[in-house]
Amino acid sequence: MEIAELSDLLVWAAATALAVAMIAFAVDLGRRTEERVGARTQERVAVGAATAPGAPTAGADAPAAGADAPAEAAPRRRAAGIAMATTWLGTAMLLAAIVLRGLAAGRTPWANMYEFTMVGSFIALVVFLLLNVRRDVRFLGAFVTGLVTLFLVVGLNSFHVAATGVQPALQNYWLVLHVGVAIAATGIFTVSFVMSALQLLRDVRDEGSPFLSRPGFRWLDRTPVPATLESMSFRLNAVGFVMWTFTIIGGAIWAEDAWGRYWGWDPKEVWSFVIWVVYAAYLHARTTRGWSGRRAAWFVVVGYACVLFNFTGVNLIFNGKHSYSGIS
Amino acid sequence: MSGRSYRPEGIADEFTQGARGGEQPTDAGSEGAAPTDAPPSGTARAPRIGWRGMLRWTWRQLTSMRVALMLLMLLAVAAVPGSIFPQRSQDPAAVVEYLGEHPTAGEWLDRFGFFEVYSSVWFSAIYLLLFVSLVGCIVPRTIAHAKAVRHRPPRPPARFARFPAQASGTTSAAPQEVTDALAAHLRGRRWLPAFRVDTAAEPAHEARGKVPARPAARTVAAERGYLRESGNLLFHLALLGLIVAVGVGQLMHYRGQAIITEGRGFANAVVDYDTFESGAWFQPESLVPFSMTLDSFTSQFATDTVAFAQSRDFTAAVTVTEPDGSSSQETIKVNHPLTIDGSKIYLQGNGYAPQITVEDAEGAIAFSGRVPFLPEDQVYTSRGVVKVPDVSPGLDQVGLIGYFLPTAVIEADGSARSVFPLPESPLLVLEVYRGDLGLDEGVPQNVYRLDTESLTPSLDANGDRVTLLLEPGDTVELPDGLGTVSLGEDVPRFVALDLRHDPSLVWVLGFSLAALVGLTGSLFLPRRRVWVRSWVDDGVTRVEVAGLARGDDVGLQPEVDRTLAAVPGLDDPATEPDPDPVTVTTHDPERG
Ligand code: HEM
Repeated sequence: MEIAELSDLLVWAAATALAVAMIAFAVDLGRRTEERVGARTQERVAVGAATAPGAPTAGADAPAAGADAPAEAAPRRRAAGIAMATTWLGTAMLLAAIVLRGLAAGRTPWANMYEFTMVGSFIALVVFLLLNVRRDVRFLGAFVTGLVTLFLVVGLNSFHVAATGVQPALQNYWLVLHVGVAIAATGIFTVSFVMSALQLLRDVRDEGSPFLSRPGFRWLDRTPVPATLESMSFRLNAVGFVMWTFTIIGGAIWAEDAWGRYWGWDPKEVWSFVIWVVYAAYLHARTTRGWSGRRAAWFVVVGYACVLFNFTGVNLIFNGKHSYSGIS
Repeated sequence: MSGRSYRPEGIADEFTQGARGGEQPTDAGSEGAAPTDAPPSGTARAPRIGWRGMLRWTWRQLTSMRVALMLLMLLAVAAVPGSIFPQRSQDPAAVVEYLGEHPTAGEWLDRFGFFEVYSSVWFSAIYLLLFVSLVGCIVPRTIAHAKAVRHRPPRPPARFARFPAQASGTTSAAPQEVTDALAAHLRGRRWLPAFRVDTAAEPAHEARGKVPARPAARTVAAERGYLRESGNLLFHLALLGLIVAVGVGQLMHYRGQAIITEGRGFANAVVDYDTFESGAWFQPESLVPFSMTLDSFTSQFATDTVAFAQSRDFTAAVTVTEPDGSSSQETIKVNHPLTIDGSKIYLQGNGYAPQITVEDAEGAIAFSGRVPFLPEDQVYTSRGVVKVPDVSPGLDQVGLIGYFLPTAVIEADGSARSVFPLPESPLLVLEVYRGDLGLDEGVPQNVYRLDTESLTPSLDANGDRVTLLLEPGDTVELPDGLGTVSLGEDVPRFVALDLRHDPSLVWVLGFSLAALVGLTGSLFLPRRRVWVRSWVDDGVTRVEVAGLARGDDVGLQPEVDRTLAAVPGLDDPATEPDPDPVTVTTHDPERG
């Protein structure tokens, strides 16, 4: 039992570190706002600009070098440094917590809601950190760490169950594949949702919306232009969508063995299907004149709302075959 | 959502359609090579008068991307009620209950198919329209693509300046040498070809329009990623295949359920199943007449404090006898169905079926048999009924309702409950009713329920219901002189087996995987064009490279840079500051 308790403690510690990271990220966004206002007009000209990962960075003096350039040119960003360090720390502690949880339960550590929350949060953090290796996406930090902190605290308080083995229906390698890929997709959708939400906010602000033009929202100017956010979000969504497709196919294969049918419109199946169709609609919207850009971004918001509902609502409200949360 | 809408990069269709707007890179030379892989756009235009015009207009609307998008959204919304309201196909009892609780609303919901959402008219209409739309859009695209894969890459555009990815440099090598080297570079390895490549010579020409005068030059035109569109088509075609396979499966499948107890068996025949259900194309002769006996059933439960009584393993050991008389011993577990003659047999449930014997007031055996008690919770508090209609003439029929508790403890107030699912100290708790069980009226009854409304319960002196407690081997008197009831010495287990045959399974799986593969290709395979032009200017050889991609393509500028780097004897590579290396694209707004 001690290992399980240590795991829980580490999750608390990770949540704390990430809360600190969130504050530091927010401070960083706020500080940089001052320097950035001047750069804004310039940047609008360079719509769609961004530094291509892997490509030689076009000098920071070129206005076209993209939304990140002023950030690179800015003096040292101490808050951002602290934020990144605490995010790495929080992520490492979360990883340790997951490993210990697996040891305590003697199986793959993603078989109930609490563990799903833990691992999904971890994936979201890893996606953020990996993206950040290739290009500066620290503007996402406050939102990613904020969401993850929220998830972890809700997970600990509401979804927590003791670490133990699983019932016969779950004893299958598909637990590793189907659930693992679903969690990874959820983590990816979390980050792309943040991007699309910022894209919408920034787009509306740029358009001169009275509410979002208030000084309190000046930090939005620190984010890349909407077109860049849209293309970053798309790339993650494309990966997430393929993984979600695999999740559904894998789930069907597993259901065929475990429940005696590959598809039965169980509430979880219904909502996985809805999510799949919403993200498919998103991909089609992007290629439809008049629906690309802002409207397509709304699909991501709706899609992510469905992802969250599928995870919380469907587990807790509906009574289906997927009631493996362990919460009664 | 009104208001300005920016176009994210990657959304413009100069790639396959040639230029549409003035801002897009144009190239007269690329026509013909650029496949028009789309039917005419479905944008609303005033329909022509006449029914043919009307039909054509409707068809174009239906196959337009915009309508496909609407239908997709409708499909998502239409799927939701099925998760909110109980569905007949899954839980008919819940539907009956719902109708009882909400008589008025329930009736209306029922009328509109809300209890059978996925076979309702409206849900079917949406997905059928979607698939008609899909066929209408996929067939012309497939034909166009089949032609396009044989096309040569489009000739280099006159001006590279407008292209999203560019690079240029100078070299001492001759233009011919440069283009030969780059053509080889772009073609890639023989066993892993990258680009389809053409080289050509361009005559010198005067300045015209924005294009400056240029001496004779040599060019390379290269294109890769035909598989991207192939993948997209594969994906959409596989979806069609999937829906057809699922439909055929519905027509051909059958499913039967049987409850069998240890030592007993059943034969694979329609009459031997407790419930049996099949599609319209099912033929009873197609059941292979094997038979099966349940030799034993074992279960394991956690005993640690954390997960006390959680199930850990269920195993049914069976003997299967094939029609030719050969027999084999098999096991069936949850997650591990047994496959016999193309059918799968699943272990869907289990419980206890105590042996109960009832003698009537005249001492005749009125009932003797194993009665499955259905578990209601984790510790197998199991509920069952015994109906005893065959009493001696003139006597009241007897009904027993009660619980079987595998490991019973008796509380201070005399009530009993189960604390563990395995039979460590079994106890049968029964209440007794008498009267007419109504079995002779010919109305089918649920064997697991006793309708007590018209029956008389046995009461004790205080007016409370009499409860009988039996341990294995016990025989006790029924109250009111009704006779005796006894419980057998050992308690047999029962298993609920589900046999299913669906010949379409392998097709369903195949099409799903094809869709996954196609989707991956269509989203991640880069579709790029690279052009090179090289000529001699002031005694040095100039090389210009331009790239264009379909869809978001982070790798485009690196591709162009690598191409330039492959120039023999390159002097000073000068990568142009790139206005937008992230992407560039193309697309047909209304392709569909
Ligand atoms: C069951 C309904 C459908 C589903 C689930 C579906 C799903 C998808 C998905 C996931 C993609 C992504 C691949 C990509 O973006 O390259 C896609 C692309 C595409 N779909 Fe569909 N689709 C459906 C119906 C249709 C219909 C009815 C049409 C035509 C009217 C259509 C036309 C297209 C086109 C043109 C693309 C390529 C977009 C591009 O160029 O990127 N789809 N579809």
